[in-house]
Amino acid sequence: MFKAFADWLVGTVFGMDLGTRWGEAVHFFVWDVTKILVLLSCMIFVISYIRSYFSPDKTKKILEKISGVKAHIAASLFGIVTPFCSCSSVPLFIGFVEAGIPLGVTFSFLITSPIVNEFAMGMLFLAFGWKIALTYIIAGVVIGVVGGIIIEKLGLEKYVEEYVYRMKTGEYQDQQLSFRERLVFARDNVLDIVKTVWPYVVVGIGIGAYIHGWVPQSFLEANAGPDNPFAVLVGVAAGIPLYSNAMGTLPIAEALIAKGVGLGTALSFVMAVTALSLPQMVILRKVIKPRLITAFVIITGVAIVFVGYYMNFMSTWLL
Amino acid sequence: MKLEILGTGCPKCKRLYERVQKAVNESGIAAEVVKVDKMEDIIAYGVMKTPALAVDGEIVVVGRVPSLKELQSIIKL
Repeated sequence: MFKAFADWLVGTVFGMDLGTRWGEAVHFFVWDVTKILVLLSCMIFVISYIRSYFSPDKTKKILEKISGVKAHIAASLFGIVTPFCSCSSVPLFIGFVEAGIPLGVTFSFLITSPIVNEFAMGMLFLAFGWKIALTYIIAGVVIGVVGGIIIEKLGLEKYVEEYVYRMKTGEYQDQQLSFRERLVFARDNVLDIVKTVWPYVVVGIGIGAYIHGWVPQSFLEANAGPDNPFAVLVGVAAGIPLYSNAMGTLPIAEALIAKGVGLGTALSFVMAVTALSLPQMVILRKVIKPRLITAFVIITGVAIVFVGYYMNFMSTWLL
Repeated sequence: MKLEILGTGCPKCKRLYERVQKAVNESGIAAEVVKVDKMEDIIAYGVMKTPALAVDGEIVVVGRVPSLKELQSIIKL
């Protein structure tokens, strides 16, 4: 359907020859943009609807009852399904700590939640299929669990701002949403996400189309292929200062992987962009001291690098 | 009636604030619409996900921006 639309628009309306380099690139661009935006909207809608059944309060109440490694795993899994944006990370952090949820468990949640978001899940599924989407989700959980356990073991509680422990949290009655309200929530979420990410998606696919038509495969394969461990490090280091909404990195990653860049190399870059963004750290600085932020960045960064290696190692099976 | 919009200034919080004001204006009910952006106050309500709406100190909406129609029915209660 989307291919037919691209055939018609580029071939008939623009009058371009699809056999030429330009024709092929424009065709690829139109096809990919329409396909991704439409299918992505549908997937985000479904995921948002499911997410409307979860809330930080329910998550908190469940996490209060469990302890040990199980708590880390549960926190990380709830990080996937609990709707949550970076602007809520401070009240969420305070709420969890106030409830007596261990610092490391809170971090398991905070690490996994941004990595495994509805956009990344939808995009990876559309671009690479379920095997890679699932691997990415599992990777996000493993990074959250391991990172959270290490933070717990290091005993970094003293690097939480003192005022956090003095705060008084209130209690309120959680309301049940109606079917209609959930649909409105899901629709608004789709509109919000698509409105924010569409320029990145278009630019990302544009760059992807360029790479598709012009950059030779051998160049990328030789420099950033799965066998180059150094490329993973560079990818993660480069991803940290980028803003978390730069989700257009995924379409670029897609094109890069198709051209021979290692799967783990490209996806660890995407994870670094989402999990370790500067704005997120600025927000977290309100509740935790620089030492703990540094520990969080190093631990999560190292975990992402390892996951990148693992995915590169497994890439022949996954792709 | 006192309507409090809880949020630290994210785009959704601004949207909720504007929509609540619109709902109040259209329904012609005398209500005071206040922004609550101090973390202590938001935490004091127990809210972990912004934006949220409190009517006379009672939390009625958390973590979403309801439609204008829903807001109007909330205000009329």
